[in-house]
Amino acid sequence: MNFFFDSLFSALQLVFAADPELMVIVGLSLRVSLTSTLIAGLLGVPLGFVIGFNSFRGKRVVITLLNTLLALPTVVIGLMVYTFISRRGALGALNLLYTPNAIIIGQVILIIPVITALTIAALSRIDDRYRRTALTLGADQFQTALVVLREARFGIVAAAVAAFGRVISEIGISMMLGGNARGFTRTMTTAMALEYDKGEFVLAVGLGIVLLTISLGMNTLLNYFQGRYAE
Amino acid sequence: MKRFAIWITVLGCMGLIFPALLPADDHVLTMSTTTSTQASGLLDILLPAFTEDTGITVKVIAKGTGAAIRDGMDGNVDVIFVHAKGREEQFVAEGYGTKRYAIMHNDFVILGSEADPAGIKGQGDAVAALKAIAAQKALFISRGDDSGTHTKEQQLWQDTGLLLETTTQTIVKKGKNTDIQFVYPGGLGEWYMSIGQGMGKALTFADEKQAYVMSDRGTYIKYKVGRKEGLDLVVLCEGDARLANPYGVIPVNPAKFPQVKIKQAEAFAEWLVSEKGQGLIANYRLLGQPLFYPDAIPAAK
Repeated sequence: MNFFFDSLFSALQLVFAADPELMVIVGLSLRVSLTSTLIAGLLGVPLGFVIGFNSFRGKRVVITLLNTLLALPTVVIGLMVYTFISRRGALGALNLLYTPNAIIIGQVILIIPVITALTIAALSRIDDRYRRTALTLGADQFQTALVVLREARFGIVAAAVAAFGRVISEIGISMMLGGNARGFTRTMTTAMALEYDKGEFVLAVGLGIVLLTISLGMNTLLNYFQGRYAE
Repeated sequence: MKRFAIWITVLGCMGLIFPALLPADDHVLTMSTTTSTQASGLLDILLPAFTEDTGITVKVIAKGTGAAIRDGMDGNVDVIFVHAKGREEQFVAEGYGTKRYAIMHNDFVILGSEADPAGIKGQGDAVAALKAIAAQKALFISRGDDSGTHTKEQQLWQDTGLLLETTTQTIVKKGKNTDIQFVYPGGLGEWYMSIGQGMGKALTFADEKQAYVMSDRGTYIKYKVGRKEGLDLVVLCEGDARLANPYGVIPVNPAKFPQVKIKQAEAFAEWLVSEKGQGLIANYRLLGQPLFYPDAIPAAK
């Protein structure tokens, strides 16, 4: 128990002292994760609409494939991207490896399936009459999509939250593509892994508590907005 | 019939659990060590020979030196085999270990690209080499993981007399505030990359970025010639006495942790400093290159 309280107090101390190093780590984690969620959202939501709205041969296969991709290990994505952006790889000249942008690339690949699959699921729950009514009222394809998007917004926001949760907590991609360079590509999860390796469990647990608090804060915020719109 | 199947399953599960509950075996020793002793393949030579001579098998847990020492301080293991002399002596002085046995040493080298922007090729003085790197703000990769190699690197930076920056992290341990310090020559995240990872990862990182890095010779040789696509990095600075890297073995003190198998731990340490153990260390070659030099009997064959 002692150990747990030590960690808790360490975490509180780090947070209240606004420990500059902690701020850099948390700031980078948030910046990278929010960016990749945004990019993946801009790609994944329209993709979800295209797949969800149209009926075509092999649609079920595509959806099954997407659901399979949800289980794609971060290490596999890390390796794949690594081989492309390594100095010896096809895109080596861009010098992307071990930069925050490299992490973003990997994370976007990680969560596009999450956002797409959850968008399709959200759309399937919307009454098809919305779409047909909009169409009979003379809306074009795009306007119809907007009407349905409005109805499905909670589901889509939930997809974004799930995707954000996936990237802020992942470690494989951040470690392999970011390289855990202090003050440059060190994120909360790679920092925790490092403190564990160093045998400084207290700090590792402390960082874990900070990570949980951030997730709690994000979800509370979303919950609050959803509640307000629902009224 | 169904009931019978359930009983079989229960018994089967118990069979799996019970061996773990049996009292610890007197012929098994648990050791925490640094990744370099394992990754270099040295333990694969030493441990089977030790088991043959004494009947004791050694369970190896390979970690960074910091974590290995921590395992000893927590009483998780019987013996530690690490390389950070200052910290090992402190470990003994604080009563966590009984005695430090000097086993062997190897050496560190400073590596970089052929292009060598800081011009340190052939430099025999490690401190001067680091100074040149800092003056050029040439990209330098640091382990930054509190390992033996990182400890050594920080010492060398301190020897440069450059204005160093220190960050201190305060954590609570046993209700008291404890500070962890980390020294670096500025430029953090710009030209000085502290990546907090093992030697292999640091070498790969440096090779990708064509940067400077300090490494132990064994891991470097393994990554340079032992791999299909070897590193492009070359040795630029070597031979400085300050680059020596001594390894020690310390049995964990049974006065602090009664469960420690002190007899077996001491047998292991004594065997390592015996003629047999030292000879095996002296003759160990990786890809034709000697990796470690015995310290207890330097002339061992």
